[in-house]
Amino acid sequence: MSQPNPIAGEAHEPPPGGLAALVANLKALPQTLKRSLVRHGPPVTDRARSEAVTQNFFLHIHSARVHRWSLRPSFTLGLGLIAFFSFVILAVTGVLLMFYYKPTTALAYDSIKEIHFMVPAGRIIRNMHRWAAHLMVASVILHMVRVFFTASYKGGRQFNWVLGILLWVLTMALSYTGYLLPWDQLGYWAMVIGTNIATSIREVTDALGITRYFDPGAYMQAALVGGRVLGDEALIRFNMIHCILLPLLTAVFIGVHFWRIRKDGGLSRPPDADAVLGPPPEDCRPVFTQEPKKTYGLMALVRGKSPAVGRGPENTLPSWPHLFYAEATVLMVTVVFLLAWAFLQDAPLKEPANPLVPENPAKAPWYFLGLQELVSYSAFMGGIGIPTVALLGLALVPYLDREQTVSGRWFGGSAREKRIALVSAAFGLTAVLGLETFAIAFGWLRNWFPDIPQIAVILFNPGTVLTAVYMLWSLLVAHRTGSTRLGAVGLFTCFLAGFLVLTIIAVWFRGPNWVFYWWPTLWPTH
Amino acid sequence: MSVSTDPPVKRRDFLGLTALGSFLAAVAASVGGMLSLAFPRAFPEPSRRYKIGLANDFRVGEVRRPEGRNVFIFHRPEGFVAISAVCTHLGCIVNQAPPGFVCPCHGSRFDPNGKVLQGPAPSPLPWYEISLAPDGQLQVDESRTVSAGTYFQA
Ligand code: HEM
Ligand code: FES
Repeated sequence: MSQPNPIAGEAHEPPPGGLAALVANLKALPQTLKRSLVRHGPPVTDRARSEAVTQNFFLHIHSARVHRWSLRPSFTLGLGLIAFFSFVILAVTGVLLMFYYKPTTALAYDSIKEIHFMVPAGRIIRNMHRWAAHLMVASVILHMVRVFFTASYKGGRQFNWVLGILLWVLTMALSYTGYLLPWDQLGYWAMVIGTNIATSIREVTDALGITRYFDPGAYMQAALVGGRVLGDEALIRFNMIHCILLPLLTAVFIGVHFWRIRKDGGLSRPPDADAVLGPPPEDCRPVFTQEPKKTYGLMALVRGKSPAVGRGPENTLPSWPHLFYAEATVLMVTVVFLLAWAFLQDAPLKEPANPLVPENPAKAPWYFLGLQELVSYSAFMGGIGIPTVALLGLALVPYLDREQTVSGRWFGGSAREKRIALVSAAFGLTAVLGLETFAIAFGWLRNWFPDIPQIAVILFNPGTVLTAVYMLWSLLVAHRTGSTRLGAVGLFTCFLAGFLVLTIIAVWFRGPNWVFYWWPTLWPTH
Repeated sequence: MSVSTDPPVKRRDFLGLTALGSFLAAVAASVGGMLSLAFPRAFPEPSRRYKIGLANDFRVGEVRRPEGRNVFIFHRPEGFVAISAVCTHLGCIVNQAPPGFVCPCHGSRFDPNGKVLQGPAPSPLPWYEISLAPDGQLQVDESRTVSAGTYFQA
């Protein structure tokens, strides 16, 4: 009681008496307001630095101390943060766009034009929104790649990997529902194709001849399109999904994703991380600079197999300021990058939607083109079957590979794992290039046997063959090396190779009528 | 001989199970209610039956695309046919080009009767029913298909 509170600063006792007290309180207002907002002293002591984190609603998702391994840019490449900050930028610019965007077929296109040409800063906001969507998709995929190749899905992080896959799906769904909204040729035909993919289970029920009795496709169509033809009903549905439903879900799951990182003991790190890093440099406010006033145990130590347990927070630094410097840097780089991009390049806007004439070729944005290439062999397999298998396979990776290998280091620091990844990349590229070349040069079943039943094409097409070949390859690797981790490396590397090649073919080598061309300049003009 | 007086389910368990059951039933009912929101009783859509003009206005060999409709009307020597222009793969609009129809989206090709020759389209382009409206005009009904090769003689 008698001692001044060192955190809150000197206690100002209110003087007795009515008006005098009021005047004194008014004078003290800036101080007292500030103190009720920021309830710790300046972050110069370890304790105040932790409290700066734990007592702040927005910061307290961080732990108060962070291991130096997690701060190495060469480990995370900042990709998760770039994804997160893209999402924040998307939320902010998206709300701004909603002030002018009108979700009806008659007005949507003109409202986008208005945003672009009439609204001050509208062009930049719209461009940023579009390019941030691309950046978010790209950074989420690359983030997954880094998590995979650093084996960071192990040691209690299994479920966070599954959450990550879910976040990836949400990210793709967000960007898909977003580019429909301008109601231009791109969006309109993407919506036609997308909603028909959702109903393409009918391809299977038709092939089996049971559509008359059991037609789940019809439910999908009714739910998404709100009718048989795409119109206001569908646009409003997609608008609500894009602006409200998916952002909320994504925000919630990002929250859970971050919370799990803390519960899993921070980012993954190899057992020898401390030895590799050595003692912290002088100037980085390393460990306790003063006798702690209360124990740090609950804040710095966490459950699990993390090496920090029982050893004290040796190689950790206070999150304030080290982690926040890092985060602020990534944020600034992301914003500057997107601003520059938005200044230099306008987001596309095609002609107004014309339900009678599709674009030729009608191409989705790059991150869906790999799927579009698969869909050009079979709607159901390319649009639903193979993606489902791929996502399930990816989500189950941590449960099928439970080997105790080194996490938190690229390729587990093992030359063997790197070699397997390289060999698998070579195999994956050869397989996808070979199959595509074959299908482009010689066609597929229907070219040879025009009357072949559709079910044969559904089951046996370049996409399904490729999936099967990749799965067999990873089984072979797991068998030959006796390691499930290496099997997973084989599968994941093949998956990336397939995704990459299919995307590149669809972006640059497919022209009008989805015919193969060596380069867009060779497309026929008319 | 002692008869067990223990009921098969204890009273507490019974109450607990009932509570859980009614909770789940309530959740299911409200989720179902919310989902049913997506399926209105009738969908707003333009009529699928429309007139395309007098038979005499068509020359033999002529093709027409009725205004605002995704359908091809052919007047062939055998009679009239209405072939859908909507690709059976994923709904793009096919163009008339050799060998018959070509879809710009994923390259399906159809013969002049709509039969799939190549590409991912799972089924042929449907033929719609043509009939004579009371005022003597031809009319197409997109909600009724006829088997390929059924010509309408005016
Ligand atoms: C909206 C999408 C996502 C956001 C915003 C996000 C954000 C983050 C952030 C900020 C981190 C901290 C470390 C870092 O930056 O690398 C992280 C870690 C992690 N993420 Fe994600 N992530 C997303 C999607 C994914 C995906 C697609 C996966 C994998 C399928 C994934 C799996 C993980 C795992 C397992 C960790 C822990 C890594 C470790 O302990 O080293 N996340 N995420
Ligand atoms: S929509 Fe016609 S080929 Fe895909």
